[in-house]
Amino acid sequence: MSVLAAAADSGLVMSTAEQWLFWTVGPIVVLSASALLFAKRAVVTACSVMLTMVGLAVLYVGLGAPFLGVVQVVVYTGAIMMLFVFVLMLVGVDISDSFVETIRGQRWLGTLFGLGLLAVLGGALARATFTQVIGVEAVSDGNNPGAIANLLFSDYAFTLEVTGCLLIIAAMGAVVLTHRVRLTKKLTQADMAAVKVREGMRLTPPPAPGNYARHNAADVPALDAAGKIIEDSVPDVLRMRGQVHTLRGVAQDLLPAEVAPVDAAPVDVVVDVVVDVVVEAAAAEPPPPADASAEAAPAEVAPVDVAPVEEGDTP
Amino acid sequence: MTVTAYLALASALFVIGAVTVLVRRNSIIVFMGIELMLNAANLAFLAFSRMWGELDGQLAALFVMVVAAAEVVVGLAIIVSLFRTRRTVSVDDENLMRH
Repeated sequence: MSVLAAAADSGLVMSTAEQWLFWTVGPIVVLSASALLFAKRAVVTACSVMLTMVGLAVLYVGLGAPFLGVVQVVVYTGAIMMLFVFVLMLVGVDISDSFVETIRGQRWLGTLFGLGLLAVLGGALARATFTQVIGVEAVSDGNNPGAIANLLFSDYAFTLEVTGCLLIIAAMGAVVLTHRVRLTKKLTQADMAAVKVREGMRLTPPPAPGNYARHNAADVPALDAAGKIIEDSVPDVLRMRGQVHTLRGVAQDLLPAEVAPVDAAPVDVVVDVVVDVVVEAAAAEPPPPADASAEAAPAEVAPVDVAPVEEGDTP
Repeated sequence: MTVTAYLALASALFVIGAVTVLVRRNSIIVFMGIELMLNAANLAFLAFSRMWGELDGQLAALFVMVVAAAEVVVGLAIIVSLFRTRRTVSVDDENLMRH
């Protein structure tokens, strides 16, 4: 800090230390920011923008604003970008940008506009003359947060209060915008149990993957005591995506040739019942692709008449 | 040279953010471009604050950060509720008010 503080007094020319800082951090900042333009996945973009924010915080400290550097790290990297990552997680991490142009030539026009803006800003910078750099060390007097606080609570007190109002309104706005009015009755655990008994659904937890199995991966169905495949032991998500592996792929020695994954029809019936009961789930979830079960079962093996697990067999 | 270098860096960051807003389709990435533009403005504020030897520029940057935080909260809430109803975050598909 003392080196940087001495550098700030040097007037129109950067000191060597500040040049090192600027030419080290500046390219990192620009390169990581350009991921906004070139990275396909939104998560990659968010991570590199975080790097940009941290680099900018280093530059802020070099510019004689250590308080703002810390605030930059805490607010931008710690709060704002984390919020972005949370929303990415909600929205779906693996969404990527579509590169189909709905407006013809929009990308070229946007790039052209950017180059024009760069030319305008660069031209203005090249023509401008700046005064001698005074440096904020004299004003800060070795206590930058204290100096900022003095100014904030004297000259900028009203602005501070208005900002507080803004933050409260923003917080309430976020709550209001994401609030959803419940249209149906909330289902309790007792309701779900009653529905399961009434509809003859499974009352016990589904069998875990790996019961009597030769493989402990979640996408490989378990076997019951008779060596038959328990379809329910694979999570619903994997079944809907069609990512269930067959036992034929992992334990060929175990299975006779005619044993094949059972047809997923009983599972679909159960899913339909649940969807009928839980009405709001139907509004939130798109219907699973119709060919998911077809992809799960290989075409060359014939379906066998094995029910996944006896539904009414519970004691 | 001191101020000019920082302002050139701020200009580059601002242009990257602006082109991001114009070119990208994912509304979350567009939002990050807006954040980058705000940060470029903050960098310019701090450079000028040091040039004049006054702390008002630093306070302006502080208020920009506060406003950016409020903006992100509301904007991301809008994106989440749009995604809930439309199942997409692409800015091309948010044309419900046009039809």
